[in-house]
Amino acid sequence: MVFVVLAIFLLNGLERDPNAMPSALIDRPVPVFSLPVLGDETRSVTEALFQGEPALLNVWATWCVACRIEHPFLNKLADQGIRIIGLNYKDDNEAAIKWLMDKGDPYALSVIDARGRMGLNLGVFGAPETYVVDRTGTIRYKHIGVVDERVWRDKLLPVWQEIQ
Amino acid sequence: MHRVLTVGTFLLLILAGAGSVGAAEDVQTFSSDEKRQRFHELVAELRCPKCQNQTLADSNSPIAQDLRGEIYRMLEDGKTDSEIVDFLVDRYGEFVMYRPPVKNTTLILWLTPLLLVVIGIGILWRVNRRQSMAAQPVNTRPDGGSATASSSEALSAKEQAQLQSLLGESEQSESDDHKSSGGVER
Repeated sequence: MVFVVLAIFLLNGLERDPNAMPSALIDRPVPVFSLPVLGDETRSVTEALFQGEPALLNVWATWCVACRIEHPFLNKLADQGIRIIGLNYKDDNEAAIKWLMDKGDPYALSVIDARGRMGLNLGVFGAPETYVVDRTGTIRYKHIGVVDERVWRDKLLPVWQEIQ
Repeated sequence: MHRVLTVGTFLLLILAGAGSVGAAEDVQTFSSDEKRQRFHELVAELRCPKCQNQTLADSNSPIAQDLRGEIYRMLEDGKTDSEIVDFLVDRYGEFVMYRPPVKNTTLILWLTPLLLVVIGIGILWRVNRRQSMAAQPVNTRPDGGSATASSSEALSAKEQAQLQSLLGESEQSESDDHKSSGGVER
């Protein structure tokens, strides 16, 4: 009896991602920010970027190995007309610009968060992370890790369709 | 041998201590010792969100370094401990607290140890009772009322008296036995 209960409990534990953490920012607005745009550093944008149109907010960096894996799929999403805002997180500007030239640029624009303060306000603790933001600028979902076909279909797309 | 072990343990402890201190020691100069003290208390009580089995003090991951920097900045800005913890909980969730608050969702965390202690005491009590029950018939002679021994507490006064006299008899016969059996053996 004890064994059965334990077995069920432990089996359940196997299925779960130990790194999954509930985001504290779900259903809260994108934090206030004012940051320069990658490739056009004299121009700066604010959280108003997320008003009026749903968007994905994708945290990326050239030092992030998993971002390399994720990148082709983001390109695919962009081709489908999905608006992706990049948050270039603690990265080197030149390397980031080169990365986008080499691999294609899925982002409507990328915001430079050189010191990671914006990331900190978002509760980012690594890259890649992807947030679904609705047209009022409210964060509706957060995915930690690579977005691929399966993650998109099972997790992000349902939320995305809901906020259209 | 023992001495070598002790010295070895001592050295290991020093190394371990040095490691954890070294990790937390970014180049930060505090405006007061009180702030330094609070900084060390805070980073030891907050969990690194990336490497979840380490405190901010232990972890060398970039995010832990950032958060330590942020805590340092906030301390120097004159923020209180609870303001700093709230700031982090706001962004990273209650997960970052190694000492979670007592709430409906965390009740299980707080009550489980208590429950386990109660269950443990219960089991101990039962095992103890079973053992003393099993032990009793051995202590009394078979002819001395083993049948009633286990329920001796439930006996009436009359039965008690009866039991006493029986026990008295058995003790006598026991000493008789000793004599006779002793005689035989020797």
